[in-house]
Amino acid sequence: MYAFNYHKPKTLAEAQALIGKLPEGKLLAGGHTLIPTLKQRLAQPSDLIDIGGIAELKGLTVTASAVTIGAGTRHDEVARSAEVKKAIPALALLASGIGDRQVRARGTIGGSLANSDPAADYPGAVLGLGATVHTTKRTIKADDFFKGMFETALDEGEIITKVEFPVPKRAGYMKFANPASRYVMVGSFVAETAGGIRVAINGAGPCAFRWAEAEKALAAKFAAASVEGLKHKADGLNSDIHASAEYRAHLITVMTKRAVAQAGG
Amino acid sequence: MNAPTGIGASVRRKEDYRFITGQGTYTDDINRPGQAYAYFLRSPHAHAKIKSIDISAAKSSPGVLGIFTGADLAADKVGGLICGWTVTGKDGTPHKAPPHPVIALDTVRCVGDQVALVVAETREQARDAAEKINVDYQALPAVVDPAATLKSGAPQLHAEAPGNLCYDWDFGDKAATEAAFSKAAHTVKLDLVNNRLSPNAMEPRVAIGEYDRATDTLTCYSTSQNPHVLRLIMCAFIFGMPEHKMRVVAPDVGGGFGSKIFCYAEEVACVWATRKVGRPVKWTSDRTEAFLTDAHGRDHVTHAELALDKDGKFLALKCSTIANMGAYLSTFASSVPSYLYALLLAGQYTTPAIYAEVKAVFTNTTPVDAYRGAGRPEATYVVERLVELAARQLKMDPVEIRKKNFIPPNAFPYQTPVAVAYDSGQYALSMDEALKLVDYKGFAARRAASEAKGKLRGIGFAAYIEACGIAPSSVVGSLGAGVGLWESASIRFNPTGSVSVFTGSHSHGQGHETTFAQVVSDKMGVPIDQVEIVHGDTQRVPMGMGTYGSRSLAVGGSAIVRACDKLIAKGKKIAAHLLEAAVEDIEYDKGTFKVAGTDKSVNMQQVCFTAYVPHKYPADLEPGFEENGFYDPSNFTYPAGTHIAEVEVDPGTGHVTVAKWVAVDDFGKVVNPMIVEGQVHGGVAQGVGQALLEQVIYDKQSGQLLTGSMMDYCLPRAEDLPSYTVATTETPCPHNPLGVKGCGEAGAIAAPAALMNAITDALGVEIDMPATPEKVWRAAQTRVTRQAAE
Ligand SMILES: Cc1cc2nc3c(=O)[nH]c(=O)nc-3n(C[C@H](O)[C@H](O)[C@H](O)COP(=O)(O)OP(=O)(O)OC[C@H]3O[C@@H](n4cnc5c(N)ncnc54)[C@H](O)[C@@H]3O)c2cc1C
Repeated sequence: MYAFNYHKPKTLAEAQALIGKLPEGKLLAGGHTLIPTLKQRLAQPSDLIDIGGIAELKGLTVTASAVTIGAGTRHDEVARSAEVKKAIPALALLASGIGDRQVRARGTIGGSLANSDPAADYPGAVLGLGATVHTTKRTIKADDFFKGMFETALDEGEIITKVEFPVPKRAGYMKFANPASRYVMVGSFVAETAGGIRVAINGAGPCAFRWAEAEKALAAKFAAASVEGLKHKADGLNSDIHASAEYRAHLITVMTKRAVAQAGG
Repeated sequence: MNAPTGIGASVRRKEDYRFITGQGTYTDDINRPGQAYAYFLRSPHAHAKIKSIDISAAKSSPGVLGIFTGADLAADKVGGLICGWTVTGKDGTPHKAPPHPVIALDTVRCVGDQVALVVAETREQARDAAEKINVDYQALPAVVDPAATLKSGAPQLHAEAPGNLCYDWDFGDKAATEAAFSKAAHTVKLDLVNNRLSPNAMEPRVAIGEYDRATDTLTCYSTSQNPHVLRLIMCAFIFGMPEHKMRVVAPDVGGGFGSKIFCYAEEVACVWATRKVGRPVKWTSDRTEAFLTDAHGRDHVTHAELALDKDGKFLALKCSTIANMGAYLSTFASSVPSYLYALLLAGQYTTPAIYAEVKAVFTNTTPVDAYRGAGRPEATYVVERLVELAARQLKMDPVEIRKKNFIPPNAFPYQTPVAVAYDSGQYALSMDEALKLVDYKGFAARRAASEAKGKLRGIGFAAYIEACGIAPSSVVGSLGAGVGLWESASIRFNPTGSVSVFTGSHSHGQGHETTFAQVVSDKMGVPIDQVEIVHGDTQRVPMGMGTYGSRSLAVGGSAIVRACDKLIAKGKKIAAHLLEAAVEDIEYDKGTFKVAGTDKSVNMQQVCFTAYVPHKYPADLEPGFEENGFYDPSNFTYPAGTHIAEVEVDPGTGHVTVAKWVAVDDFGKVVNPMIVEGQVHGGVAQGVGQALLEQVIYDKQSGQLLTGSMMDYCLPRAEDLPSYTVATTETPCPHNPLGVKGCGEAGAIAAPAALMNAITDALGVEIDMPATPEKVWRAAQTRVTRQAAE
């Protein structure tokens, strides 16, 4: 780790001011992505602005129509929330499967989304449910948020404040975990929402993406059998020592089928 | 009554309180006054010429105490790392052991090779300075694959080893084997890869070098499994200095699995650098360095064949193996794919003719050496996969084919065609017990139940053999070992009856502080809490050979028994004097010396006290109650047993669930059943890891390590493992005083074969380890296509 200056602002406004005037600074949330990066000397920020002490970024609100999660909320809190479990069980399930107990106790939804790791879990839910990402500047629709591998629509210094998930009629999430890292090798988040069927695939491509063909088939009939015969193309999918693009393409069908079954289809 | 603490009792581990409450003293817990920190600049290339190293900018970096390159060590005439076992090839020439400099001189041969050593006030400062060292590399083409490195045109690693060949060795009777194959009714052929593994001890390696000017002695604190061997190598081969001027301390060691046997560059460099900077120098490996520099295990490619008669009786076995040694020969590397491998190819069977050829090769990868089982898992894997495949091809039951070929219990000692003579065994007994525990008869119903859920179920066997208790010095000497493999013990009774036992074995998780104390408590009739076990310090413990090859109880424990026997013999003389009887009339039993046929007796404590306060004492007897024992076994021991694995495969994803595991092992006499069970659990976990999850992968072009962290190198987690059913049968070893055979490696030896046999049974397709989801999924597809065609 290289040396850096450490700040712990108490308010969002303070944090915003700091990040605005420190071009080489970085926000620190749960630290479960950033700290390992620093330890390996793969990044050298001049300053770390720890947003872990900002009350405005914490907490969950659940209404009949939406689950809103503060950017600084830990995975574990989402996983255990009785209200989230009731409103969107697939979202609580997703959170409960992120990493291990230690990771869930530290990692936050804001950090996960800002990072847009192709193998992260939350992007599946954000895209699958058509959530809205609130930032210090604006609101960003899920369909506009993920731009590529570790790339999002966020501007320099823009801070995610909360994420608003509309409550769907039903939803399911299945992932095939990478055996080594237990991150997502291929995940599928399927939801029947007010705006129609959404199928988001994570782990398989450079960032989470929607699978239009499956959405169409499921719109005709919301049943596992509807996706049985579908095949996502392997072109453009990730290929690494754990899984080839062809295998990932196959898993997209299997995970989607199982996610639909989980959602009761 | 107190719980039993003698031989055969499941005594709770005495060391666990310390370990579980975080109060162990590991090498990294040791910090010496004025200590400085070492950081190694390592090669980013798999193969490159070093054109120049510019340290000028780094030297003035804050906190730097010294920066050293290979040239500095060469100027001090520091020797290179050695290989302590010479294997002689088919043509009668010794293996090629090219120079292995502690810090690279003009060429780097694997990613992670040491290029420079920086010593600074803090670890971070040392690392900062290392980043300012300017190395001008000329990258060279690299080769990582053991078969590819033998091809003409492959990049050449060492001028001393043309064609990248370390040795081309064979063993067994080629003519008899070929003759048997020519007459065989059936021949079964199999190509196998034994995947490269990274040992991943929980505690990474650490070394501290410290020089004491007053006594002119060097101390090396190290995470070593065998501190005396480390001292011997450093003094005799690397520094050329007398052993009494070097002390090696290996305190609590958090796992080794073989990887901490070897003498590594980092400990040598710290010991050397401490005099250069005039400060103690400490190096602590991080996990990435561990992946890059701890000696790896396995990495074989093998073609094997088994010849059978029409009834399924084995006639002959032959195999041809290429074994990857990595970039340099590690301390015992050469022996692993030769003598520790081919000599075990008889397995539990009467196969009359066996022939093995092994080519050991250099590649631009981390050196490969002994890893839990060392050669023997590779042998069991070849034999047991072949046997299972033979059963499938001959449409025989896998149990029946094995039983037909087992060496019968009345045939021991049994001379195999590959030099070793098995001491004792009851192979069918272990197998029958395992069949009962797994409910073999119920398998068909379990398979049907899995199929009803859309899953494939398979069952797999491994009837393994190992040669442990390494080993008779005369035998290993004749095979090229540069050391003797006896063990030492010194038992010192303190005047009031407590006992200090100094052993040359070294515990790095095996529980010696408990097991050895049980042996002494049992033999000497002393309460177990009055016995302390001391190991891991060359200044306190007599010269010893350390722990590996499941040898500690069989060899080290036997040395302890030797010392106990000497004390008992002396005790009898003291007792006879005290009881005014003839020595011949003294009977000894568990701490009591008694005049035969009378009720006159004295106990161990009285005898011991008398030896130190010899007021009433035999005139011709030395006072004191302390004895040394050295033990050199007359043979290896041969633990054996049957492991049975059952798996359920999800054909949709290729995910394998290990549904059942039964291990019935014969370790001879068992001193502590709980510790033995723990060793089996750990061994099986590692074997399951090898078969399902673990594999070191290098990029074939660049030679970069692709599995350099836990993100990509997959160790087994609790949820990958089943709940084991573990049992033992007991066929004592006839040639050591405890009747013990050793249990540390069995699980890792048996498990890969058992699990792969189960997976291939489920799939109906032969695949290699590790059975990753994608590989299993592809095989499941093949099965579906084939079934459709049929
Ligand atoms: C062993 C391990 C296993 C893991 N397994 C999984 C897994 O299975 N699935 C999974 O999805 N994840 C996994 N993770 C990642 C984990 O979920 C991380 O916590 C998460 O990706 C990042 O969140 P964080 O709060 O720790 O962010 P940090 O590491 O603190 O920050 C990550 C990045 O986001 C930026 N950032 C943080 N908060 C904000 C914000 N509010 N607005 C804008 N930018 C922000 C930071 O500047 C930084 O660039 C794992 C991590 C570890 C260490």
